[in-house]
Amino acid sequence: MVKRSKVRVLIAKPGLDGHDRGAKVIARALRDAGFEVIYTGIRQTPEQIAESVVQEDIDVLGLSILSGAHMVLIPKILKLLGEKGIKANEDVLVLAGGIIPPDDAQELEKMGVGRVFGPGSPIEEIIGFIDETVPKLKKFRGES
Amino acid sequence: MINMINELIERMLKGDKRATARLITLVENDEEKAREIVKKIYSNTGRAYIIGITGPPGSGKSTLVDKLIKKARDEGNIVGVIAIDPTSPFTGGALLGDRIRMQRHSTDPGVFIRSMATRGSLGGLAKATNDAIKILDAYGCDIIFVETVGVGQIEVDIVKTADTVVLVTVPGLGDDIQAIKAGLMEIADIFVVNKADKEGAEATMFELELMLDLEKDKWQKSGWRPPVVSTIAFTNKGVDELWGAINEHMEFLLNSGKIKEKRKFRVREEIKAIVSSKIARKIGEKMGEDDIAVLIEMIAKREIDPYSAADLVLEKALGVKV
Repeated sequence: MVKRSKVRVLIAKPGLDGHDRGAKVIARALRDAGFEVIYTGIRQTPEQIAESVVQEDIDVLGLSILSGAHMVLIPKILKLLGEKGIKANEDVLVLAGGIIPPDDAQELEKMGVGRVFGPGSPIEEIIGFIDETVPKLKKFRGES
Repeated sequence: MINMINELIERMLKGDKRATARLITLVENDEEKAREIVKKIYSNTGRAYIIGITGPPGSGKSTLVDKLIKKARDEGNIVGVIAIDPTSPFTGGALLGDRIRMQRHSTDPGVFIRSMATRGSLGGLAKATNDAIKILDAYGCDIIFVETVGVGQIEVDIVKTADTVVLVTVPGLGDDIQAIKAGLMEIADIFVVNKADKEGAEATMFELELMLDLEKDKWQKSGWRPPVVSTIAFTNKGVDELWGAINEHMEFLLNSGKIKEKRKFRVREEIKAIVSSKIARKIGEKMGEDDIAVLIEMIAKREIDPYSAADLVLEKALGVKV
């Protein structure tokens, strides 16, 4: 397992909804689990998020969206990351949370989102998924 | 591995942000690589001016940095920011929340913001802060802001790192006795009373001025009397004055030649820190947990005292009598 304190997680809320309780709860829980969490808060543009991923050398990007705009915002973020040479599932693990219907979740996972965690997801499940997936990223295999 | 580092450095020197960010991660995570990287980039460093922002939690350091980034950018500088927040002593986790105040600069190509966790350091900075500064310096930053963790009275490592130290305080933290205590109050080149619209701001300004007047000998000798600037970071009030004061201090250091003294002091402190860290690592390599346990047992039985035990540890690790 990769040491959690060396795993950098960015929690951000793209778009215009201001409901950040969920994002804060996740950020805090991941902190308590031993991760290094960067919290950039609400009303982030896809451009701001992609730039933060670069400058902070992020391993896990957690996106919380409750506005319904996930099918616009998340693909845009993935595209911007791609333009910067950052591939989902290879360089960064992208997780999504919030109100995302199952069909959309499937679609997003096809595009590169590692997993969509809906309301009520146990935090242990999210942590378990990160522990399991992060060692597969290029950085931790020593290739990049 | 060496090839990877060389490639990253090459890309960083061409202005690649992603390579720069990867290099900072490497110096944070791996001492051996940090050494390799610093060796290779050192000749490209020494150009940036380093401004330290310190003060208690919630005093408005990040918001002030956000406003100062704007001032520095307006003058055409390439700006780097290293913002430090604490690591949990219990879980090793951290919540880094300084960036949130500066996010409007994220997409500015002339700004690079990096959050760092203390990872066990107690002096207000992270162990890798100095190396991260060198990377941002080599990358091409003209000005680097270093925001410390929220500090109390004794986290003064920033004075070993920054050219100008700005101490941000707020009204209502204590009376004039707090202002004359040793430690943090001694390291400021500029004092800021932020949230100056709060009750007691004038009294805080007055107490600081009074404290400085009592130190007349000190600043008459140094040639610099720290100014006290009042700000309301949120509304930008006083930020021009603060930026003016920082520039004045920079000119003072450059014109008086004191910048050289300051930077020599910094290098001396850095060598000391590297030597201690190397010795600690050597001990870890040469002495197993079992060896230490034997010594502890001997101390517990009063067969040997802790000072003599320490001598034995050093002798074994360094191979010389100390």
